[in-house]
Amino acid sequence: MLNKLYDWVDERLDITPIWRDIADHEVPEHVNPAHHFSAFVYCFGGLTFFITVIQILSGMFLTMYYVPDIENAWQSVYYLQNEVAFGEIVRGMHHWGASLVVVMIFLHTLRVFFTGSYKKPRELNWIVGVMLFGVILGLSFTGYLLPWDMKALFATKVGIEIAASVPVIGESIKLLLAGDTTILGAQTLTRFFAIHVFFLPAALLGLLGAHFIMIRRQGISGPL
Amino acid sequence: MSNNRVSRRQFLGYTLTGVGGFMAAGMLMPMVRFAVDPVLQEAGAGDFIMTDQRADEITEEPVRVDFSFEQVDAWYTSEVTNSAWVYRDGDTLVALSPVCKHLGCTVNWAGDEEHPNQFFCPCHAGRYEKNGQNVAGTPPLGPLDEYAVEVRDGIVAIGPVRDNTLV
Repeated sequence: MLNKLYDWVDERLDITPIWRDIADHEVPEHVNPAHHFSAFVYCFGGLTFFITVIQILSGMFLTMYYVPDIENAWQSVYYLQNEVAFGEIVRGMHHWGASLVVVMIFLHTLRVFFTGSYKKPRELNWIVGVMLFGVILGLSFTGYLLPWDMKALFATKVGIEIAASVPVIGESIKLLLAGDTTILGAQTLTRFFAIHVFFLPAALLGLLGAHFIMIRRQGISGPL
Repeated sequence: MSNNRVSRRQFLGYTLTGVGGFMAAGMLMPMVRFAVDPVLQEAGAGDFIMTDQRADEITEEPVRVDFSFEQVDAWYTSEVTNSAWVYRDGDTLVALSPVCKHLGCTVNWAGDEEHPNQFFCPCHAGRYEKNGQNVAGTPPLGPLDEYAVEVRDGIVAIGPVRDNTLV
């Protein structure tokens, strides 16, 4: 049944080459843990992506209950965690996954560094990777404020002061993030929410696309 | 006019680029202006706020004076209480902001037992002299901000915050 459906579409749109191009490629022996167990270090990048997907999915579901308004943000997080079925699990996935992404990126970076995979011709992919790291840190920073508890508030106060210490443009960065010269409040929360769920994920997906296209184009770096 | 004739292809290319540029700008301009609005909004002039502190009770020892005001944060209006460290310096009163110039924590007078005549920030052990001058070798890079301060009917009133004028 499914096969017939596939054939029906394939006959009209010729989709086989498309998914072949995406999915069908060689995995060299030196990066395959089935051949050398120590090759599991080559999985860190894929694992980072896997957790990122979990973050995107769990985040999408969290916004079904979350309200980015200072009167209701904390209440809505409390509600979705304690009153909604599996709320603790879904928020837990997003909460722990957030830290895990950073850990996995770090391990992935170490592997790329120690195998020398950043060298010519892969310098551009290293640069995109560093940008991805920055985007993930931005997501961590903006997401931290959203529960709107005391820890979130004061961590963001300190974080915004750090941003404000940038020479020349620091005060403007602070103002653009906080939405007000002195208050860290209603406008800060909505801005952080917008940055966290729209702006940075958009940048993340674009950079991830570039990261993957470059890997496919250049292939996996050779054995040590 | 140069002698190079513009070909049809070039002309169409220029035209399309121009029209496309206008359309992109027309789309982006409102969004960018929308996003940077807080940067361009004019700050309202601060009023003086009455406290509960009698001016003649202020000594040369800084005391914490709280003051409450209605804070308008976009669509959210609330009663906010801030504080200032107030002390007497000859005939005048001095009111210093308690916000640490390192990363924005709250400083205390004599918060560190080893430095009883200084302001102390518990977060990263930043210290300030009584006039707000940051102590060299501690994290803050500038002196504590200063509030304008007035005495009205014998009561301390706190005004807008400004850069420290004492150091």
